[in-house]
Amino acid sequence: MPKAHVYGDNVDTDRIIPGKYTKTLDLSTLAAHVMEDIDPDFSKRFIAGDIIVAGDNFGCGSSREQAPLALKTVGVSLVIARFFARIFFRNAINIGLPVLEVPLHKIQPGDELSFDLALGKIINHTRQEIYQATQLPPVMLNIMQEGGLVPYLRKHKDFIL
Amino acid sequence: MIMQPQTIAEKILSKHAGYPVYAGELCVVPVDGAMATDTTAPLAIQAFKEMGGERLAVPDRFHLIIDHAAPAPNERIANLHQMMRSFATETGCHFYDIGSGICHQVMVDHHRVRPGEIFMGADSHTPTYGALNAFACGVGSTDLAAVMLTGKIWLKVPSSIRVNLHGHRLQPGVSAKDVVLEVVKQLTISGANYQSVEYHGELLHHLTLSDRMVLCNMVAEMGAKTGIVSPEGLQLPYNFEPVFADKAATYTRVLDIDTTDLQPRIAIPHSPDDVHDVSTYAGTPVTYGFIGTCTNGRLNDLQAAAAILKGKKIASGVRLVIAPASRQVLIDALQDGTLQTLIEAGASIINSGCGPCVGTHDGVPGDGEIVISAANRNFRGRMGNPRSEIYLASPATVAASVLHGRITLPVQTD
Ligand code: SF4
Repeated sequence: MPKAHVYGDNVDTDRIIPGKYTKTLDLSTLAAHVMEDIDPDFSKRFIAGDIIVAGDNFGCGSSREQAPLALKTVGVSLVIARFFARIFFRNAINIGLPVLEVPLHKIQPGDELSFDLALGKIINHTRQEIYQATQLPPVMLNIMQEGGLVPYLRKHKDFIL
Repeated sequence: MIMQPQTIAEKILSKHAGYPVYAGELCVVPVDGAMATDTTAPLAIQAFKEMGGERLAVPDRFHLIIDHAAPAPNERIANLHQMMRSFATETGCHFYDIGSGICHQVMVDHHRVRPGEIFMGADSHTPTYGALNAFACGVGSTDLAAVMLTGKIWLKVPSSIRVNLHGHRLQPGVSAKDVVLEVVKQLTISGANYQSVEYHGELLHHLTLSDRMVLCNMVAEMGAKTGIVSPEGLQLPYNFEPVFADKAATYTRVLDIDTTDLQPRIAIPHSPDDVHDVSTYAGTPVTYGFIGTCTNGRLNDLQAAAAILKGKKIASGVRLVIAPASRQVLIDALQDGTLQTLIEAGASIINSGCGPCVGTHDGVPGDGEIVISAANRNFRGRMGNPRSEIYLASPATVAASVLHGRITLPVQTD
C-alpha cells in the first residue's frame, strides 16, 4: 500500500527540482534529482506509487513544470497539501499528476494511505481515519480525469467550464 | 443586470469575457499576449505538438525568449535553444535571442503588453506587467501550450488584496525594492495565494514605470496570481485607456503602509518574506554581490549602484556581478557612463539576461559563501549551490555592501 512521505510548509520548486537541472526534456534527469536537497535519502526510501504529503503552499516559487513532472516521473501517485501554490497546482493537474488539497489531516511519515480522486477522499489505514479534500472546480476535475491538459484538449479542442 | 463595483482584475477579465465576472467565478478569456523562455518553452513546444498543434492561434502575439541560460552553458541547453529557434522560424512568432534581455524587461521595452490587456507568461514573474495596469499571470508550460493553440485560457477570477502606499517621498537610500520587501513581509510567502495584489495610494504619483515593475514583480513572492498598479501617475509613450478600480470594490484585505519613514529592508536566508531592517544585519560579511534580474536590473538600478561606487573600489576579496536587464538597459548604461563607473569600481558586467539569478550559469556561489543580491528569491540553492546563503536587498544596499565587504546601509555615513 502507498506510504506517506511527509514534508513541511513552503516547499518551493527549487527544493523539488533545482533550477540547474530543469533545462532538459529528458525526464530521467529530472527524476534523478527530485527532492534531493530537501531529502537526500528520498530516492532510497521512495517506492513508485507512494504519496507526498506537505503542509501549506507546496510548490511555491518558479513556474517550472519540471517540478510536478519530476514527481510524476518517479511515480508519485498523489500529492496532498493543506494548500498548493497556484502555478504548481495548475501545472500538476495539467500534466496529470494527481493533487488534493486537504486542510485538515494527521498524516505521519510512513502512514499507509489509499485515495479516491473523484470523491476527493483519502483513507489513512494506519490511523483508521478518513480525510475530505477541497472540491476542485469542474474544469480542473475534468482535466485531471482525462489525464492532463494534452489529452483533454485533443479530445475537446476547447475549454468547457 | 446591475453591475456590482469591481476591482481592476475583475474589470479587465470582464471586458475580455464579454460579461461581468467577479471573484471566485470561472471564465474563459482571450489572451492578448503570451511568452515562454528557454526554461519553459521546450516543454511548451512539446505539449503544443502533442495537443495536435501546428499553427499558433495568433503568431504575432506569441514571444519566445532565450534569457535564462544565455548564452548556452553546455550542449544540452544549446540544443534546446536550437529547438526554440526552429520553432520560431516555423511558426512566425516573435523571437528574441541571447543578449536581448530578461523576458519581462523585453516585453515591456518592446511594448508587447499594454494597459488593460491580459498576458500569460510561462514564467512566475509575469505579474511584473501589472506595472502597466495589465492583468498578467505566470503559468506553466502546458497551460501556455493551450494558449498557443487556442489563444485562450480558463481562469478563476481572483479576489484582491488592496495595498495602499501612503506618503509622498521615500527616505534617501530607500527605493521601490524596500517598499515591496515590506509588502512581502506583511503578506508572507503565501499570503496572496490565488489573489490579485492591487496597489493604490499617494506614493503612486511619484513612482516611475521601473518602480512599478518592482512592486508587481515580487507579488510572485507573495504567492499572488497577479499584481496590478492603479494607473494614477502612470506615464507611457503612447495613448492608453487606464483601468481604475471602483471605489466600493470588494477586497479580502486592505493593507495600509506609510512609506515616509520606511528604512532599507533586507530579506535574509532562505525566504523572501523573512524581511528585516538592513541595520539589524549590518556588518554581516559578504563576498559576492549581484545586481540584475527582472526585479532590479534596470537603468535606475545600475545608476543607484554607480552613485555609491563612483570613484571607489569594491572591497578586496569581494566580487560584484552585474547583468543589465535588457539590451536597451545595457546601451543606456553604456551611453551615460554608468557602466564605466561600475567597471572601474571592480564590477564584472555579464550578458543581459537572467545571469546567476536561477543558478544555471554565469556566477554560481561557492560553499559557505554569503551573497547579497538585488534579485527576488533567496530559496536555498536558488543560485545553484544549496551550501550558500542569499540576502535580498535593493541595488543601493548591494553596492554599499560590496564596497565594504559587509552588509551596509546605503546612506552615506563617511
Ligand atoms: S531574472 Fe531571475 S526571476 Fe527574473 S525571469 Fe530571470 S530567472 Fe526569473
